[in-house]
Amino acid sequence: MHDSTVFKVFRVVVVTVLSAFTILPIYVMITSAMKPLEDVRGAFSWWPSRITFAPFVDMWTTIPLARYFVNSTIVATSATLASVVIAIFASYAVSRYRFRGRTTFTTTVLSTQMFPGVLFLLPLFIIFVNLDQTLGVQLVGTRIGLIITYLTFALPFSIWMLAGYFDGIPRELDEAARVDGCSPIGALLRVVLPAARPGVIAVAIFGFMTAWGEVLFASVMTTDASRTLSIGLRQYSTQTNVYWNQVMAASLIVSVPVVIGFLLLQRYFVAGLTSGSIK
Amino acid sequence: MKTRTLTAAVAVTALLLGATAALACGSSSSKGKSSGSVTLTYWASNQGTSLDNDKQVLTPVLDAFTKETGVAVKMEVIGWSDLQTRIQTAVTSGQGPDVVNIGNTWAVSLQATDAFLPFGDAEMKAIGGADKFVKPALETGGKKGSPPTSVPLYGLAYGLYYNKAMFKAAGLKPPTTWEEMVVAAKALTDPAKKKYGFALAAGSYTENCHFAFINAAQNGADVFDAKGNPTFTQDGVVDGIVRYLDLMQTDKVVNPADAQYDNGALAVTDFANGKVAMILNQNNADATIVANGMSKDAYGVVAYPAPKNAKTDVASHVAGINLSIFANTKHKDEALQFVEYMTSPAVQEQLGKPFASLPVLNDAKAMFTDNPQEAATFINIYNTRAKPLPLVPAEDQFETTVGQAMNAMFAKIATGGTVTRNDVKAAMQTAQDQVTASTG
Amino acid sequence: MTVTSVPSTGAAKGARPAARRAGRRQGWWLPYALLAPAVLLELVIHVLPMLTGIWMSFLRLTKFFIKNWAAAPSAGLRNYRLALDFNAAVGHALLQSFLITCAYAVIVVGVSWVFGMAAAVVLQRSFRGRPWFRTLFLVPYALPVYAGVITWNFMLQRDTGVINHLLADNLGLLSDRPFWLIGSNAFVSLLVVAIWRMWPFAFLMLMAGLQSVPQDVYEASAVDGAHAFRQWRSITLPMLRPVNVVLVLVMFLWVFNDFNTPYVLFGTSQPPAGDLVSFHIYNASFLTWNFGLGSAMSVLLLLFLLLVTGIYLVVVNRRSRRA
Repeated sequence: MHDSTVFKVFRVVVVTVLSAFTILPIYVMITSAMKPLEDVRGAFSWWPSRITFAPFVDMWTTIPLARYFVNSTIVATSATLASVVIAIFASYAVSRYRFRGRTTFTTTVLSTQMFPGVLFLLPLFIIFVNLDQTLGVQLVGTRIGLIITYLTFALPFSIWMLAGYFDGIPRELDEAARVDGCSPIGALLRVVLPAARPGVIAVAIFGFMTAWGEVLFASVMTTDASRTLSIGLRQYSTQTNVYWNQVMAASLIVSVPVVIGFLLLQRYFVAGLTSGSIK
Repeated sequence: MKTRTLTAAVAVTALLLGATAALACGSSSSKGKSSGSVTLTYWASNQGTSLDNDKQVLTPVLDAFTKETGVAVKMEVIGWSDLQTRIQTAVTSGQGPDVVNIGNTWAVSLQATDAFLPFGDAEMKAIGGADKFVKPALETGGKKGSPPTSVPLYGLAYGLYYNKAMFKAAGLKPPTTWEEMVVAAKALTDPAKKKYGFALAAGSYTENCHFAFINAAQNGADVFDAKGNPTFTQDGVVDGIVRYLDLMQTDKVVNPADAQYDNGALAVTDFANGKVAMILNQNNADATIVANGMSKDAYGVVAYPAPKNAKTDVASHVAGINLSIFANTKHKDEALQFVEYMTSPAVQEQLGKPFASLPVLNDAKAMFTDNPQEAATFINIYNTRAKPLPLVPAEDQFETTVGQAMNAMFAKIATGGTVTRNDVKAAMQTAQDQVTASTG
Repeated sequence: MTVTSVPSTGAAKGARPAARRAGRRQGWWLPYALLAPAVLLELVIHVLPMLTGIWMSFLRLTKFFIKNWAAAPSAGLRNYRLALDFNAAVGHALLQSFLITCAYAVIVVGVSWVFGMAAAVVLQRSFRGRPWFRTLFLVPYALPVYAGVITWNFMLQRDTGVINHLLADNLGLLSDRPFWLIGSNAFVSLLVVAIWRMWPFAFLMLMAGLQSVPQDVYEASAVDGAHAFRQWRSITLPMLRPVNVVLVLVMFLWVFNDFNTPYVLFGTSQPPAGDLVSFHIYNASFLTWNFGLGSAMSVLLLLFLLLVTGIYLVVVNRRSRRA
């Protein structure tokens, strides 16, 4: 595989420009996290006047960061797992079956992407309250309420993407598995899913990020006990001070596991279909 | 076979959701789990340096209350960025705390929702009587002519902070009129040395609208008429705003960069670092000033001055925090007990220092500062020269429309544009139309 | 084929009994069963609240009536008339906001797509350090919104921010330090921050899409003498069409509805140049307790997006039919 020189030059340019664009704020974050408070209030300097790790210590007490971190992790992980599972089943149905109501379903699912969050924020809150009053299941101010909300937010796009991926996987694979005695679900799990792995990973990442970063609904649906990072970090700006350095430190700590997770997921972006799947 | 794997996947998901639900149910707080005794839910606002700080300050106070009365209090401290939305959802859903802190400028708007307990004669008696409160503070609790739905808890007022050393070096005296203030500011402004006479939170819509109101009051004008209709285009209001904008535009005593300051603390920081000679801030600036390393003797405070031929000498609006009880509370008597406790002299004294607040009780001691002069100045301003913001339900609309219009005007000035009196009047007309339209 | 025996719980989907010898007719309910959880969730979380929101737009739902919102008096079309009266203050502001958001969405989606495509193509073939770049490029998307955007706020401050420090002090490109968060530059700042956050998503989706393009097609064309750009135009783009069609539409819809970026970047001092319609509506409803008007504005926004999507899909389908 030889790449042409043009391509190599293009690659260097693209990678350099995009890396610089991406890295600049990250660099600012890292250095600011190690600056004393006066530094982040005064004129900008590329390097801290003195390196201090105090922000990393203080940030845990200014706001209950640990609790927010745990909440975010639980909410995002659960929402992701649930939405991926539900999306896989739904996408399989959409991709492999021509049933009545299929177009209605896909159109409705697409149309939910257009809903401005502000429109259904208050109604959703009211519905949760009503569910609480009728079924006794508390959804407002709990993690489970957020999980259900976020997994539904991630569903439409996930279903669409996965259905597209499944469409790209030839039916012969399914048929081969069925001939071998698999049920349709079995064919899904044993044959189609492994072949759609990059799509599933991408959709899982998307689901996780949706839950991880959502601000509008979290601001309304959470109490102190169930608050997530996305709005918890706002509390570093208080009545009397804006603790920039602690915000940066907290953001760093909070991003490290996510970044490590991405690194580990790298190898799952495997090119093409696994060979030998069609016997 | 394969279906077993399917079932396994579903079972795992179900278990996971169930486990999280269990965890969630465990962490989500519900009211009054204690056997038999009452637990009040209380939403406190952020008054200290951080939410944690508020919790640390209030917990011993609440514990003492529980010891005295046997009523437990479950407190949640909510940051200002979330407090209004949380109150809105509590009002909408009917699920909320028993007692809540509110910004006192929200009092009349919240009263209009009918979701809060009015303090009639019986209730007032239960909390110690209406007479114990400083009159202007009590007036903020609700609209005129009806029982208030909130009572004052912490008092705040604006003052003009000045740098003693800078004034002494320039041979200036603390200003008593607007004109003197501008002259002093000009004398202390040297853009080449990056020193300015004033720092303003020119990007904060709340600060801007407060000064629009105060300046209008000094000019003898009101922003709402007796029927509750907005009167933003009156000469007194427009002139007041022009006067304030001119600090940056014509007098040039304010750094244009201040147009980015969306938070009062940012201006205070400049003052504490010696970059500016004066700031206009509420009395809780002391905490930020000291935290930034300025000594307590380095600054003095006077009342925000009015122009020489002003109609009134209003120096501040009545700022502060009020305490409200939700009307659908199941523990009315205990909530009233709690309100009485929080507004009792002992507790007021205890909280005055950490929250840097002015006392809302008559004849109470000011704890927010050790400096007797500063204390006397602020108490005088709060008790005699402060006017409540308009006690109409559309007051919050005034804040957002006029405040944001002023943000835009400061931004225009800072980025090199000019704002004429006609521009201000036109902006006020737009703001007025917006308020009229959305409230009908 | 090995059997992993797993104890089944009562949470079985019902796929077990009939699927043993899966005849087509016997499994007719299978697709519906597979769809059921998704449908249920969508109804409860998306559809029902949306319908409620639409109903609210016909009510006079202000602070006076919010406590018992279901009994709020009807406003008929008043809220809509107010929002659409472009000569009056409210309607005019909404129109301005809408136009700004259109420009914003088009630019952000366009640039993000270009960046995402470039990065996906360039990182498609292995080279030293590829995993690191892949991860680096996804970091803006991975950061919590508040963290990433507030860092930009910090960087864009006029006197203390790194952008002006870089441009004025280090590179000497500017003599005067401009404002980036107020005034007309605010729009540019908003674009930059939004692109910074959005392009990794395009990159992620396109990268995954490129994975399913088999390498032998490229090799065959290389043998035929096609250079890189030609390959991109004739092979990559057409093969990515299904992904692109969805990606561009979805990105447009999300960017148009974007609330987080302006909310965190500008906080409470929203500059008129950066007044995006989602925050504008939030301002008109939550901050002023006027939920009826806010809902009406949201419905209008929704109708617009429906129209755009409809047109988009028609154009796309016509193109594919011609191809």
